[in-house]
Amino acid sequence: MAIYVDKNTRLLVQGITGQAGAFHTKACKEYGTQVVGGVTPGKGGENFEGTPIFNSVKEAVKNTGANATMIYVPAAFAADAVVEAADAGIQTIVCITEGIPPLDMISVKEYLKTSESVLIGPNCPGVITPGQCKIGIMPGYIHKPGNIGVVSRSGTLTYEAVHQLTQRGIGQSTCVGIGGDPVQGEAFIDVLKRFNQDPDTHGVVMIGEIGGSAEEAAAEWIKSNMKKPVVGFIGGQTAPPGKRMGHAGAIISGGSGKASDKIAALEKAGVLVSLSPASLGETMERALKNR
Amino acid sequence: MKIHEYQAKELFRKYQIPVPNGKPAFSVDEAIAVAKALSEKGPWVVKAQIHAGGRGKGGGVKVAKTMDEVTQYAKSILGMNLVTIQTGPEGKVVQRLLVEDGAQIAKEYYVAITLDRAVSRLCIMASPEGGMDIEEVAAKTPERIFKQWVHPTLGLRDFQTRTLASQMGFTGPAAKQFQDILKKLVRLYIENDGTLVEINPLIQSKDGNLMALDAKVDFDENGMFRHPSFQELRDLNEEDPSETAAKKFDLSYISLDGNIGCMVNGAGLAMATMDIIKLEGGNPANFLDVGGGATEEKVKEAFKIILQDSKVKAILVNIFGGIMKCDVIAKGIMGAARELKLTVPLIVRLEGTNVQQGKELLEKSGLKIITATGMKEAAQKAVAAAEAH
Repeated sequence: MAIYVDKNTRLLVQGITGQAGAFHTKACKEYGTQVVGGVTPGKGGENFEGTPIFNSVKEAVKNTGANATMIYVPAAFAADAVVEAADAGIQTIVCITEGIPPLDMISVKEYLKTSESVLIGPNCPGVITPGQCKIGIMPGYIHKPGNIGVVSRSGTLTYEAVHQLTQRGIGQSTCVGIGGDPVQGEAFIDVLKRFNQDPDTHGVVMIGEIGGSAEEAAAEWIKSNMKKPVVGFIGGQTAPPGKRMGHAGAIISGGSGKASDKIAALEKAGVLVSLSPASLGETMERALKNR
Repeated sequence: MKIHEYQAKELFRKYQIPVPNGKPAFSVDEAIAVAKALSEKGPWVVKAQIHAGGRGKGGGVKVAKTMDEVTQYAKSILGMNLVTIQTGPEGKVVQRLLVEDGAQIAKEYYVAITLDRAVSRLCIMASPEGGMDIEEVAAKTPERIFKQWVHPTLGLRDFQTRTLASQMGFTGPAAKQFQDILKKLVRLYIENDGTLVEINPLIQSKDGNLMALDAKVDFDENGMFRHPSFQELRDLNEEDPSETAAKKFDLSYISLDGNIGCMVNGAGLAMATMDIIKLEGGNPANFLDVGGGATEEKVKEAFKIILQDSKVKAILVNIFGGIMKCDVIAKGIMGAARELKLTVPLIVRLEGTNVQQGKELLEKSGLKIITATGMKEAAQKAVAAAEAH
């Protein structure tokens, strides 16, 4: 088992003919993902290297039985693309696009509450179940099938963590990049819940960063619910203060957004926090031994 | 994106949110002319226009009772280096003023709208403790800050504005005015892609009417494609020149005070790279995220920006390619090293998409590049190189 995606996932690509969309569609196919169709309004009937292109998601779903989508649509139109996918009944929506105004995402998020669809992202690297299905921009070769779940707010830092695990022979069940935008689909807790229930996940690496209070909320949840070892890292421990969003932003987030507070909250919840980004793999190895 | 108070007030006027009469002034003569046009007798308020709060305490806001005082304050504030809790110790040079009518204040309030990330909704915050440092109010008496959340499709409802008005202690016409201001503020925030709208203080004057004595509006950079005209509101004097240059090439750069220049892809990895440099005993000179779709040109620009900092004794490139392809980075590094005649040691750690091609290109280039295989090794080599250089 795995979470979100597996070998039966049938993937669509919204924005398949754009430069990034095309490049990463190829990479996903090479990895073994079943890419069953693409969507580019106005290009229906054409094909992208053998993959049929449709004018709308609904049409694509009807013809291909797709149950997941990967969105590369430009920021100005991406929020609409997410709603279109949900409206067509797509189960797992992965939105790679960065730069979508949070104001646009507020109503999208509200709409998603009324649908069965799950959104990962936006502004995220995507999700991968090693050896089965890769949806997103992560380099496939650094992954290895196994039993550790990875969830992260950061893209490249996720690759770093995965790479370290693989180098130590520790494979991954599923790796989920939830993205760093202020309004996002799946949050840490949503992903942790799934890992907790997944029999093939034996431990989790969770990567957070400074700002907001999502890590503190996750720590609270872990403390009372998580049955598996969690290794954590918080990026930005040495980032200087400043560059913040005025008073109202600080008040609203409640927490300080500081790395030290997040680390303290995670440690209190029993998470093994690695202070160096280079010892994530090592820390997980230790956690698995002590289990 | 930040704008000045006088620009925010112009926006308020467009939404018919009451603000004092006033205009910006860029010189002492202009300040006098504005004051004369406003009234004969005053009082007037002369306010420093910089992109930071806490101006009053720093001496950047003065009430002038006579025209001589207007002259005197305009002279002393224009060109002054204003240090406030938000500018940092280096302060900011005042280049613009706002001159406006003085107000008869009976009581001060606080109102703000921003995004509440925890619930993905806009949140209105209001407090009867206006005019003060609102963070202090939040820390000491959080029960004095009242909140309502805006439903994305239902919008701000009457019962919500009624509740807030009563919590502020408003009755009669003032309550109606307050409710009206809240609705207009939400409209302003949404229609202009705000990230923050803040009034501190919102005042009730002695005649009972409400007015925004201060106005702060921040815009969402990501939403600016809908508002091309807002670019005119930008004040480049308020922005760090290196950061502005970086933005032009879609790079995210923040200068720091260490000596190891960093070029990394992804904000999280860039922060982690700074963290590990410190852990290994070094000091980063900057945060630089080259972003996802970097081109050779972008990489070259990134090097130029890093090298403008004379403190830099070594450069650490840490790339984990996803969207970013390592061969593109390698070509950028080679081009930059040749063109800029790089003299400081360059430590490169590449991993990810097209890593083999990238490594081969660097090896064949004949350039003196120190390569590293992991983050830790890269940081150690960079720290050693910076010390030796």
